[in-house]
Amino acid sequence: MATVIVVTSGKGGVGKTTTSASFATGLAQRGYRTAVIDFDVGLRNLDLIMGCERRVVYDFINVINNEANLNQALIRDKRVENLYILPASQTRDKEALTKEGVEKILNELKQSFDYIVCDSPAGIERGALMSLYFADEALVVTNPEVSSVRDSDRILGILASRSRRAEQGDEPVKEHLVLARYAPERADRGDMLGVDDVLEILGISLLGVIPESPTVLQSSNAGVPVILEEGSDAGAAYSDLVDRFLGKNLPHRFLVTQKKGFLKRLFGGN
Amino acid sequence: MLLQSSPLASEEPPPFELKGSLFTLTVLYLFKLDRVAIERHLTEKIKQAPGFFNNTPVVIDLEGLHESRDGVDFIALYELLKGCGMVPVGIRNGNPKLQAVARLAGLPLLPESRSTSPARKPEQRIAEPVSTRGLIVSHPVRSGQQIYAPNGDLIILGTVSAGAEIMADGHVHVYGLLRGRAQAGMKGDLEARIFCQGLEAELISIAGRYRVSEQIGSDDWGKAAQIHLADDRLIIDHLAR
Repeated sequence: MATVIVVTSGKGGVGKTTTSASFATGLAQRGYRTAVIDFDVGLRNLDLIMGCERRVVYDFINVINNEANLNQALIRDKRVENLYILPASQTRDKEALTKEGVEKILNELKQSFDYIVCDSPAGIERGALMSLYFADEALVVTNPEVSSVRDSDRILGILASRSRRAEQGDEPVKEHLVLARYAPERADRGDMLGVDDVLEILGISLLGVIPESPTVLQSSNAGVPVILEEGSDAGAAYSDLVDRFLGKNLPHRFLVTQKKGFLKRLFGGN
Repeated sequence: MLLQSSPLASEEPPPFELKGSLFTLTVLYLFKLDRVAIERHLTEKIKQAPGFFNNTPVVIDLEGLHESRDGVDFIALYELLKGCGMVPVGIRNGNPKLQAVARLAGLPLLPESRSTSPARKPEQRIAEPVSTRGLIVSHPVRSGQQIYAPNGDLIILGTVSAGAEIMADGHVHVYGLLRGRAQAGMKGDLEARIFCQGLEAELISIAGRYRVSEQIGSDDWGKAAQIHLADDRLIIDHLAR
């Protein structure tokens, strides 16, 4: 049976789409058939981050409205096998997302996929609610900053009360924390919240810490999920995150300030 | 709303002033214009509570009245209500024809009430809630969630996040950190208290007396505490851990 995972945060600009793209890519790289759906109807971005914006013919809303079938709308990723993208419509708004329509598409995807990743829009309105309603698990993306943490807390409350699992009294949605844009040296200086502060406020398990990295911006502009940037901190962190999600017990990296070695200090390397 | 005209220097102070004020009035929802039935029901009500309608001003609501075509004899209705101790002061709703008749009878038309809920049928009664058992919440209360325990205590077995609101008519217990807003004694119970394992609240309130986070001293911040009222002031006492 396929697992539906929502990537959500409440606040905008914290790295939901970046996380969705890398997480889905990572699952597919490890051999799982994975579909990633952009729920941000009207503000379509996932296709850009995934580098498939020039191959969009039909979208999510077309399928909901029976104007196209799912196979016509799914875009197969060129780099990674088993990975498919269902883009959002740029010309419609969130009202086009109906509970019945979303359920129909998810049920159809569940027939042939192992994981379905739902990239939530920011906010707590219809688009966000629809993206989390059918979720089995949730990646809550947070930045080490108080307003982001509070919005994540809000989303956790909604997951616990307004998801289908909550409404039907099933086992609750499994919640994972993804702490993105983390800069250990700034946390050490007290400029941003530390990992422990965030964990203490939100009280859910930590799936991964993604370090602040210029590679994230470069790769999203290039349309490459950052997990494919081997050798970058952020890519490695996402890779660990996927392994941890699949049950591997890996220690968290990038939590402490990298001390410059003696030679580096001597010769001013960076 | 003061409509006092400024007196000229040479004039006496004015003999009156006009001010707006709000009153709570009894509304009589009329469903049927059956004088005999109205009289019988009113007599019965008075028997149950003698003196209840002692010169009580009432507003007659005509929305539920369907036999409007025959018109309403407001004079007769007025006398009937007056005879039972009520003083009709105006009407509400009804069609323009009824309203015109009422005006002739000296009853002004009052604006419609803002609530759109239809008048309760006379035979319906609100069940008096009797449960005084507490409400137990075993999950953390997240930002944006609101939990109210009517007629009893509220017990939270986890942390109450900033941006969450918990309320009870009785006591509030938090077996975790209290970071949101907590209100005890919502219906005015001055004996209600708030208990928490760590006080970092945005607001604490008992029977309407409140303190915001800024007014909680640093000595009390983060401590296990109970909050109660003494001489109408909120008192924070530490609890031994």
